[in-house]
Amino acid sequence: MDKSEIDKIATLARLRVSPAEADEVATRIGGILTLIDQMQSVDTAGVEPLAHPLDAVQRLRADEVTETDRRDELLALAPSSRDGLFLVPKVIE
Amino acid sequence: MEWETVIGLEVHVQLSTRSKLFSGTSTAFGAEPNTQANIYDLAMPGTLPVLNGEALRMAVRFGLAIGAEISRQSIFDRKNYFYPDLPKGYQTSQLDYPTVGRGSIVIPLDGGGEKRIGVTRAHMEEDAGKSLHEAFTDGSGIDLNRAGTPLLEIVSEPDLRSAKEAVAYLKKLHSIVRYLDISDGDMSQGSMRCDANVSIRPMGASEFGTRTEIKNINSFRFVEKAINFEARRQRELLEDGGEITQETRLYDSTRDETRPMRGKEVANDYRYFPEPDLLPVVIDDKLIEQIRTELPELPDARRQRFAAEYGLSPYDADVLTANREMADYFERVATACGDAKLAANWVSVELQALLNRENLEIADSPISTANLATLIQRIKDGTISGKIAKTVFEQLASGDAGVDEIIEQQGLRQVTDAGEIEKLIDQVIAENAPQAQQFRNGKQQVLGYLVGQAMKLSKGKANPAQVNQLLRDKLES
Amino acid sequence: MLRLNVTELSAELSRGAFSSVELVRACLERIQRRNPSLNAFISICEESALAEAAAADAARAAGDSKPLLGIPLAHKDIFCTRGLATTCGSRMLRDFVPPYDAGVVERLRGAGAVLIGKTNMDEFAMGSSNETSFFGPARNPHDPGRVPGGSSGGSAAAVAGGLCPMATGTDTGGSIRQPASFCGITGFKPSYGRVSRWGMIAFASSLDQAGTLTRSAADAALMMRAMAGLDPRDSTSVDRPVEDYASELERPLRGLRVGVPAPHFAEGLSPGVERGIRAALAELEKAGAELIDIDLPNNHLSVPAYYVVAPAEASANLSRYDGVRYGHRCENPVDLDDLYTRSRSEGFGDEVKRRILVGTYALSAGYYDAYYRKAQRIRRLIRRDFTEAFTKVDVIAGPTSPHVAFPHGAKADPVEMYLEDIFTIAVNLAGLPGISVPAGFEDGLPFGLQIIGPDFGEARLLNVAHQFQQLTDWHRRLPADAAGEAS
Repeated sequence: MDKSEIDKIATLARLRVSPAEADEVATRIGGILTLIDQMQSVDTAGVEPLAHPLDAVQRLRADEVTETDRRDELLALAPSSRDGLFLVPKVIE
Repeated sequence: MEWETVIGLEVHVQLSTRSKLFSGTSTAFGAEPNTQANIYDLAMPGTLPVLNGEALRMAVRFGLAIGAEISRQSIFDRKNYFYPDLPKGYQTSQLDYPTVGRGSIVIPLDGGGEKRIGVTRAHMEEDAGKSLHEAFTDGSGIDLNRAGTPLLEIVSEPDLRSAKEAVAYLKKLHSIVRYLDISDGDMSQGSMRCDANVSIRPMGASEFGTRTEIKNINSFRFVEKAINFEARRQRELLEDGGEITQETRLYDSTRDETRPMRGKEVANDYRYFPEPDLLPVVIDDKLIEQIRTELPELPDARRQRFAAEYGLSPYDADVLTANREMADYFERVATACGDAKLAANWVSVELQALLNRENLEIADSPISTANLATLIQRIKDGTISGKIAKTVFEQLASGDAGVDEIIEQQGLRQVTDAGEIEKLIDQVIAENAPQAQQFRNGKQQVLGYLVGQAMKLSKGKANPAQVNQLLRDKLES
Repeated sequence: MLRLNVTELSAELSRGAFSSVELVRACLERIQRRNPSLNAFISICEESALAEAAAADAARAAGDSKPLLGIPLAHKDIFCTRGLATTCGSRMLRDFVPPYDAGVVERLRGAGAVLIGKTNMDEFAMGSSNETSFFGPARNPHDPGRVPGGSSGGSAAAVAGGLCPMATGTDTGGSIRQPASFCGITGFKPSYGRVSRWGMIAFASSLDQAGTLTRSAADAALMMRAMAGLDPRDSTSVDRPVEDYASELERPLRGLRVGVPAPHFAEGLSPGVERGIRAALAELEKAGAELIDIDLPNNHLSVPAYYVVAPAEASANLSRYDGVRYGHRCENPVDLDDLYTRSRSEGFGDEVKRRILVGTYALSAGYYDAYYRKAQRIRRLIRRDFTEAFTKVDVIAGPTSPHVAFPHGAKADPVEMYLEDIFTIAVNLAGLPGISVPAGFEDGLPFGLQIIGPDFGEARLLNVAHQFQQLTDWHRRLPADAAGEAS
């Protein structure tokens, strides 16, 4: 993985990789990808992907309102809020 | 050059469940900001989703209504992107295995006839919250009440060829979800939202042109205007030798134009993968059959039945089946009064005008079906004339009194006694001697004037047919 | 008192040898003395612990005799505790006080256990040495120069070091079993779906499972009886009856078929550990079990597949930490991207960031099939290997870890660290239950025997582990320091 790819992935993940760290990050991740690439040694054609170890199906919830208004308690956890709203820097659409 | 417009619509319909798609938080509209946003909705650490069974049943109901394939196993996926109205940093949606597969919807065409529009799929997903950009000068406010409200995203094939067709499709969709009672379909409140994929190509070409996506169009009228604007913009651009850029655009209704969305400079890579917090959703034949038996009669079927069973004109059948409440209302009146044509007329003309004037939905009609049926019966049995009936109708709308009560109390009963009518006629002839003479001299059209005078004298209560006949007899004798 | 296991403490409490308040006070004092060097706890809740202990004593006086009543408990700091900071070992959540309890927390409270504090862990459970914790590494009570293992290293150090008789942990790739092995205690990871994940901060949702760290398998059985069971708030929690694990413990080993997996004895296994594990297997054989050689042909692919699946799920699970609704937020963000990028870059440590990047990469356009889907196919192969093996054997046994605890800083290369979990990871990919029980020492440091069971074979697994502990006393050999305390 080269620096431009690291950059692209970091942007997608909203993480900063400073120029000073870039080499080390690239080396470390390169090592991990080499490990991961051992997967390619086995032929998995025709093997159904397994997303989940459980052989079970989704349970359905009754359509009932079970939650109550906890705004004050929950909003108090926010680093920045005002007038009942979470506050973020101006969003431009 | 002649151009053809090609349109595909992606319509988001909010399902009218009581609670959210994955949590037990209320979905009621209009609450104070963030009072309907609980720990799962806020993506608090360690919280987990459990699927709302009613939302699933609603999606299946829609699928069956449009003759679509229902997936026996559907899978939720995570769609990853960062946005402040998306608390988890991913939207739980369905990519490869949506609940509803291929189906179709029939729309009426302007010049008569019909067209079948393909529906590619309809998948379940959760709604996002709202960013309030105007709330503060120094930032945006985030209200997460809407986050997690169940949505059905209905994706059409690029089968639509004009803005008018797009609107007809959207109206049909609106009518279907209302008939199915799975959404209020209210575009102004955002419970139905429309994105349009628009491209143009030379008439007769088989390749599609480059398309743009217009986001968030929030009324039927704007759908038409936005598409027309965009098609014109593309045509002018191409005719000037330009090229269309594939992009997302916003429709600005105040300026009636579309423009590219800003702030989307980072190319999105949604990195979909199966949502590990949810298991495959299995829908068995038994459930499908149960939902099928509960399906109401749909607008197309009902329209055909109204035409066949009640002998309504195609126009009346269309108007009366446009929404389920209206059709139900009409049917109750028609059955109770025994005259479908009169019922159709009264519901689609008088009642509709009243509702429009008062800005009311039919569900809130001030006139009950029983009262309207009685009123129609009183016309049929000759108790009152059609004209007087309109007076009674107005009084039904503004008070609590019943039809017969109003007729009796105000003495509106039609006068059919020949002797009484003769007295009226004698008086009219005496007071309008010149006109009477003109009739006798052969000026037939004066009769109408004299009848009018007689009716006026009777305060509208005289039977007009009798007045006509007796007047003629008297003048010609 | 501080050396006794849960089963013994429960008997002493009901006999009236001491009260729960006395027991909790002793633990708190011990924590005060030892935690500064072990760094096993991130937070202590002295006041509420004493109140809960007093309530437990009162309940006992009124006739309550639940086995965990009044027993001190530590939760890994990954379980949300209402009103009590839950950090997940991260700067991101250093001040996060959840307004809700995890399912596991509710159930153990309901069973009468007394919460005394939250234990140290690798940040977001990503690590095998406890060195990625924002709060500094926990230390191994057998040798403070060595790691206690991870990610549930604080829980293991607390139980082994005499700070607390039982603790919860989570295991995504070996995070309960490996620290148990390194610290010489019993670590149990149940089948996926057996214990609720509600309120347990997610690392990799399809792999994470809560379990126990105790001084005996019998203790694990008592904790599991309280923790296991359906939680309707967790869609992956299974609806099947919870067995009475304690009543199954005494079943004899005669006739038990034990699979010995060839790949678990391959190169890289330390000679002392290999000798010890062979001896442990011989003990089982002596007690009437039959040893059967088996193969797990795709085991070598488990670490590569895991390092796609786990980071991929983690990359999405950790997107919610964006500085908006809770958690760390950077100072004076200039715009939205700055808010996200700086808050996350400041809030997460290097290992967490690395895994998010790897996971993001594995899911990104053009790589999904080669990485994510490929890993899922390998996951199926790995599960198949186990299914196949369990047609021939009742349990599978081998080493938990290739060697004993290593010194702090010894594994600077992440890949080297990842390979630590070569024997444990496949169990998570397959969703199976696994337990590590003390099986010997090499150079004065403990190591564990890992026993793996089929889906929902919890009762049999705990039974085999307990029987092994009837034949051996490795689980009794707590660190000298813990043994030297007044009891």
